[in-house]
Amino acid sequence: MPINKIVASFDEAVADIQDGATIMVGGFGTVASCPSLLMEALDRKGVKNLTTISNTTGFGSGVWKLMGYKFAEDMDILVRNGRIKKSIASAPVSAIFENNFEKLLRAGKVELEMVPQGTLAERIRANKAGLGGIYTPVGVGTVVEEGKETKIINGKKYILELPLEADFALIKAHKADRWGNLVYRGSSRTFNETMAGAARVTIAEVDEIVELGELDPEEIVTPSVYVDRVVCRPKEYGGEEEEIDVEAKASHDKFLKRGSA
Amino acid sequence: MEEKFKLDRQTIALRAAKEFQDGDSVNLGIGIPVLCANYIPAGREVLFQSENGILGFGEVTAPGEGDPDLLNASGQTVHPRPGMSCFGHAESFTMIRGGHLDVSVMGGFQVSEKGDLANYMVPERKIGVIGGAMDLAYGAKRKIILMNHVTKTGEPRILKKCTYPLTTLECVNLVITDIAVIEVTDKGMVLKEVAPGWTPEEVQSLTEPKLIVDPDCHEIELM
Repeated sequence: MPINKIVASFDEAVADIQDGATIMVGGFGTVASCPSLLMEALDRKGVKNLTTISNTTGFGSGVWKLMGYKFAEDMDILVRNGRIKKSIASAPVSAIFENNFEKLLRAGKVELEMVPQGTLAERIRANKAGLGGIYTPVGVGTVVEEGKETKIINGKKYILELPLEADFALIKAHKADRWGNLVYRGSSRTFNETMAGAARVTIAEVDEIVELGELDPEEIVTPSVYVDRVVCRPKEYGGEEEEIDVEAKASHDKFLKRGSA
Repeated sequence: MEEKFKLDRQTIALRAAKEFQDGDSVNLGIGIPVLCANYIPAGREVLFQSENGILGFGEVTAPGEGDPDLLNASGQTVHPRPGMSCFGHAESFTMIRGGHLDVSVMGGFQVSEKGDLANYMVPERKIGVIGGAMDLAYGAKRKIILMNHVTKTGEPRILKKCTYPLTTLECVNLVITDIAVIEVTDKGMVLKEVAPGWTPEEVQSLTEPKLIVDPDCHEIELM
């Protein structure tokens, strides 16, 4: 039987994600590299007590809509609707405004494990690669070292960092074929490529599905074996016009001011 | 008395960009550092790397223009350039941590005499953002910190010992502030340049550790 990892809908793609699951969410922080429609579907499903592994915890769709993004939901949709119990992230809060995760963290409603970004990537990769952990010099002499095993290797101190296991990895790619081969676009590879294959089940949200053989074997970034499900974004997206969120507008203005001047 | 000038964000970025040598690979952190991409010295070819997995990109585009899949670490769209490459996070931090980049330019809250860096958390906020800071402060061959010389309330940010939570120990090579350029050496901190209108003594009065005034200490050169 021909292999076919393509599923028809986003709801179907996340149907077996249960309460208490540990999920990896791809992307960097900006919504362009975020599996936005998988976030919406998971929210619709109404799961609770998730442990998430991701770079950020989301900043909310308001900011991204103002920047013109059509698919604007990020992890914040899970945060603000109380679906997350614990986050493992490198940049869980914003440097310029208070995101919903920070509000919940201050209220004692979520747990946080903050991990340096490169260590986060490598702990994910370790799980994907079947390794029992990695030794990294990053974090030596800081809060990151506390409570961890260390080892002197070739005269230098390293921290033992353990692999991160997960039930599902939700990632965003540009193109896929029915085998689950993936290519990405520009700077949107980020944690998506790293997480592909790092969880028990990897679900890829893509812009386009192409025929088998259309992706150049030399240019495939994620080989098909790492991917379990592929779901395609609709060409037309029925997001209706919404009123401008005042809080989001203020954050957006701060971003532009800080970023470009 | 001569009028004193302080460098603004763009001018600090302009001065920092002067440090880039021909052929250098440079990571630009969030905030002032990303502005450096606009000021590559004429005739030098410099490769910029951004932690989100992009190497060899061009200038920041005008807001609202550009490709949303070509972003720098601040989430701004950047222009593509011939030779540019894109990669995932494990690769990006292999590049950063593994010492494959020549320069890392980062913002800072505090720098100590020995070059310890604190730049991920203001203690009053109780929550910080480590992000890529610890990897970036560790990995690149040369680390340049851009920050204001004192806090909003006038307290020195260059200290004998950092009081904020540390990002990385003994990592900083050069500090460029709004009033001075200071090199961290084995012998101590060396004052190399001062902003127009400032004397070394005035810079020292806003700096906790004793500065060694370079015999060649001069006004900050921007071009």
